[in-house]
Amino acid sequence: MSKVVVWYGELTTKGSLVRRGLALVMPGLLWLLAFLVLPGLLLIPLSFAERGAFGEVVWTFSLENYRRLLGFGVLGFSLDNLLALLRTLSVAFWTTLLCALLAYPLAFFIRAQPPRRRYLFLALVIIPFWTNLVIRTYAWQLLLAPEMPFARLAAALGLVEPGMALYPSAFAVYVGMVTAFLPFMVLPLYSSVERMDLSLVEAVQDLYGGPVRAFLHGVLPQTLPGLTVGVILTFVPAMGMFVVPDLLGGAKYLLVGNLIQQAFYTMRDWPYGAALSLVLILLTLLALRVYRRYGKEVDLA
Amino acid sequence: MRTSWVASSVALGALAFLYLPMLAVALFSFNKTRHGLSWGGFTLGWYARLAQDPAILEAARNTFLLAGVSTLLATLLGTLFALGLERHPFAPRVRAFLEDILHLPVVTPDLILAAALVVAFGFLRAVSSLFEPGFLPMVIGHVTFQVAFVALVVMSRLRSLPKELDEAARDLYATYPDYLRRVLLPLLTPGIVAGAMLAFTLSLDDFVISFFTAGPTSQTLPLIIYASTRRGITPEIHAVSTLVFSLTLVLVLLGERLTRRSA
Repeated sequence: MSKVVVWYGELTTKGSLVRRGLALVMPGLLWLLAFLVLPGLLLIPLSFAERGAFGEVVWTFSLENYRRLLGFGVLGFSLDNLLALLRTLSVAFWTTLLCALLAYPLAFFIRAQPPRRRYLFLALVIIPFWTNLVIRTYAWQLLLAPEMPFARLAAALGLVEPGMALYPSAFAVYVGMVTAFLPFMVLPLYSSVERMDLSLVEAVQDLYGGPVRAFLHGVLPQTLPGLTVGVILTFVPAMGMFVVPDLLGGAKYLLVGNLIQQAFYTMRDWPYGAALSLVLILLTLLALRVYRRYGKEVDLA
Repeated sequence: MRTSWVASSVALGALAFLYLPMLAVALFSFNKTRHGLSWGGFTLGWYARLAQDPAILEAARNTFLLAGVSTLLATLLGTLFALGLERHPFAPRVRAFLEDILHLPVVTPDLILAAALVVAFGFLRAVSSLFEPGFLPMVIGHVTFQVAFVALVVMSRLRSLPKELDEAARDLYATYPDYLRRVLLPLLTPGIVAGAMLAFTLSLDDFVISFFTAGPTSQTLPLIIYASTRRGITPEIHAVSTLVFSLTLVLVLLGERLTRRSA
């Protein structure tokens, strides 16, 4: 260990360098261990504990929280929780798909601008991404109110009763989710689209490929890296979202995020909340795993 | 390359979709009508009323105090972490472990981080009443997600610095503190400032962590706006939201400038 080395012009030993490095890293490391890693791991034993009469934790080993999570409650079996789980996956999936469908034209549109204006449009995409989500979401409550043009148009088309707001509804949840996540999809996708070689698309067209083939064989393979990053950045946080369904979905449109919020915030039932959180963590890890496997294939291509 | 009119109109539609909500809020913050959504004429009255609303003023103060304090702490911890990790020869395994820990707050959904924090403070409360819901737990929560972002930004700046500058400093007999103070930190400043601005915006942007860790006396603007969606939204809330949005706009544009100049 006492071998003398030269490191960035410094004459020293490896041991003393590592000691200094550890000293520098230590405050941040301890902070993250204390407030993220340890309490995160604590969620595992906590999910097998029980809630006491005053919201305190009673350390036992029971599978009660998981039974409840699957719908076996005090009042008998109900499908509500399982439906919320499926709904979470389906909302995250459709949100991701809708964002991708909007992001492709947007990315190509930005690419087609002269360089200076590209920055302007990219900034326009980034700014809402930095605006507080609560503000962007309640703003849709305002826009979907009965007196506003959208609700009037829907009423005129006979889609809703006149004088009704368009929220809470599944439609409003999707509107809110796409607003929340569109920038997450556009930015990585644009970085791929910007570097794309258009002659490959032209080659498909020269071989009489229609727009579908031009996309599948010309555009998609080249933009897959950006698309996969965008999919992950959209899908993973979409599963843990509770602000949008809370403000725009109402009590009948709960996602896992809402169940976790209720368990920790309203019911003060930490063990049950811990079990729900672990389900969300599991879904997140699964999504990241799929991404890793898929990401490797992208590198090979 | 030309884009078809279909693609262009979808693109412009998507942009409009992103901005329509904010424009509506801004519009109604200037509306004289207090109840309902009919247009009653232009007024700046709601902005004037904000200045006299003690709850909103206190929330604004809390929001900026929280963002300021947590950013300072996170910038300090994050910069030290970056210096340690990027400029010291750790064994590959140790380095991979440290990098994993650093990426954890970036990939963890904020709701999970909030749940972990609720649990952590719940047990710490048994030790000290400092961890009752309120300002300190909020600062801790914000620092926990900010540290990683600061460290990653500073690390990328460190990687872009040429080794020769370090070597020159050492050849001139600079001690480690001297070298940090007079060579490395000045060179790193743009990265540290960019990291701090990112951390500050992330704090302003946060709702979930604050929601789970706040106490009755530490309400922030996003929490007040959220609560008002239950009690009924008033034009004052539109005015606050418009101000927050404008501030974000300024911060993002400023940050963009700084990073482009330093790049």
